[in-house]
Amino acid sequence: MQQTVLNAAHKRLGARMVDFGGWEMPLSYGSQIDEHHHVRRDAGMFDVSHMTVVDLRGDHVRAFLRHLVANDVDKLRSPGKALYTCMLDKAGGVVDDLIVYFMDDTFFRVVVNAATRDKDLAWIAAQAAAFGVGISERRDLAMIAVQGPQARARVHGLVHPAERPAVEKLARFSACEAGVLFVARTGYTGEDGYEVMVPAHAAEDFWERLLAAGVKPCGLGARDTLRLEAGMALYGQDMDESTTPFEAGLAWTVAMEPADREFVGRAALEAQLAAGVPRQTVGLVLDDKGVLRHGQRVITANGDGEVLSGTFSPTLGKSIALARVPAGEPGAVLVDIRGRALPVRVVKYPFVREGKVRV
Amino acid sequence: MNEIPGDLKFLKSHEWARMEDDGTVTVGISDHAQGQLGDLVYVELPSLGDTVEAGNACAVVESVKAASDVYSPVSGKVIKVNDALADAPETINADAFGEGWIFRIAPSNPSEMDELLTPDDYAEQIEAASD
Repeated sequence: MQQTVLNAAHKRLGARMVDFGGWEMPLSYGSQIDEHHHVRRDAGMFDVSHMTVVDLRGDHVRAFLRHLVANDVDKLRSPGKALYTCMLDKAGGVVDDLIVYFMDDTFFRVVVNAATRDKDLAWIAAQAAAFGVGISERRDLAMIAVQGPQARARVHGLVHPAERPAVEKLARFSACEAGVLFVARTGYTGEDGYEVMVPAHAAEDFWERLLAAGVKPCGLGARDTLRLEAGMALYGQDMDESTTPFEAGLAWTVAMEPADREFVGRAALEAQLAAGVPRQTVGLVLDDKGVLRHGQRVITANGDGEVLSGTFSPTLGKSIALARVPAGEPGAVLVDIRGRALPVRVVKYPFVREGKVRV
Repeated sequence: MNEIPGDLKFLKSHEWARMEDDGTVTVGISDHAQGQLGDLVYVELPSLGDTVEAGNACAVVESVKAASDVYSPVSGKVIKVNDALADAPETINADAFGEGWIFRIAPSNPSEMDELLTPDDYAEQIEAASD
């Protein structure tokens, strides 16, 4: 199994380690529900160094990304601005979701998932050949996500005073370089905060300083319940090559305008829009006792669907899920939990945003 | 690993059973099992009066991570369930061998207790599994 540079730090903190896509990662350090609440109420941090950071450079890098991804990087005009998007295959299926950071006209940085690294790098390389774009994976960088209402203040205290003003005035979904750090005001929890890239050799020191500043270490368990409450998709569970972004609740990440931008998958998406999108992703809340889980059958007026991500929501105190169901008004919806059909509410997600319940 | 009380017997699947002075058998899951499951959020209890067979699933414990069947270590009739777990399933995380008990059985064949693992055997089993 691969290890991040923070592996020893996690073990010193008594983390329960698990295999996550070939990486030995902390699941939790104690109670994952406590970790979840801590992020909603104060500040927690996650080692996300397993994620794949890739720098793309070249004179035609913007044109390349306008071809590669379904959102339009022409929305990115000021350096540091970030965009969430999917890259699609020719059939419109999602190869992966990613964040694209615009650094300058010859340099964009992207962050893709760890479990899909090999596939993604091969896909990006294949598409990049015609654009003369250089691809370099930044295995020399570790990444720590610091999230929660107090997260930014805690990080500000650790940034060199000369760099602090630039970090403090970062807008949402923007990044800047601060000395050796790359600080992005992004995350995967539905809370404010930063994702900080730090040179691998300095990562453990930065982690320890965050700990000393009162930021609580949190594992993948809390990360999963936080992101699901925030209605954020998990690649491989909520979408993959067999789904288009329209079916995955990710239409907001697709830019069909301007109509002359020929991104990979565009023709398939146009055909699907013309024919009608056959499936949709909805949010579910189970008010009864029980827990919605991946793979459970969802019974709707238009036929069966299935639970994609399902879990117990610590903030709501009940179970929530994303489910893929046939298009159309679903009517009264039931979920088959171990042979019992329990009624669920269909809701618009996010379920929770910045500490507040929305459903 | 917490101390395992000496008066408990175990199934390989991590349930504990204790023969009470009145001849009934109290059942729960081990401290090791709750640790593996993580934060418990829901317990599906058997119904009072249910007849259960040794080795059959008769309750479910669900953590944030996973749902897990609870098998009865002995056969008999369910005479008591720990209703407090409905609102406080985390009691099992806090005190698996005590307040976190799940149900109690009037055993139809008390000698089934002899077929269960001793605390030492059980401790050995979980140690072997973690290597």
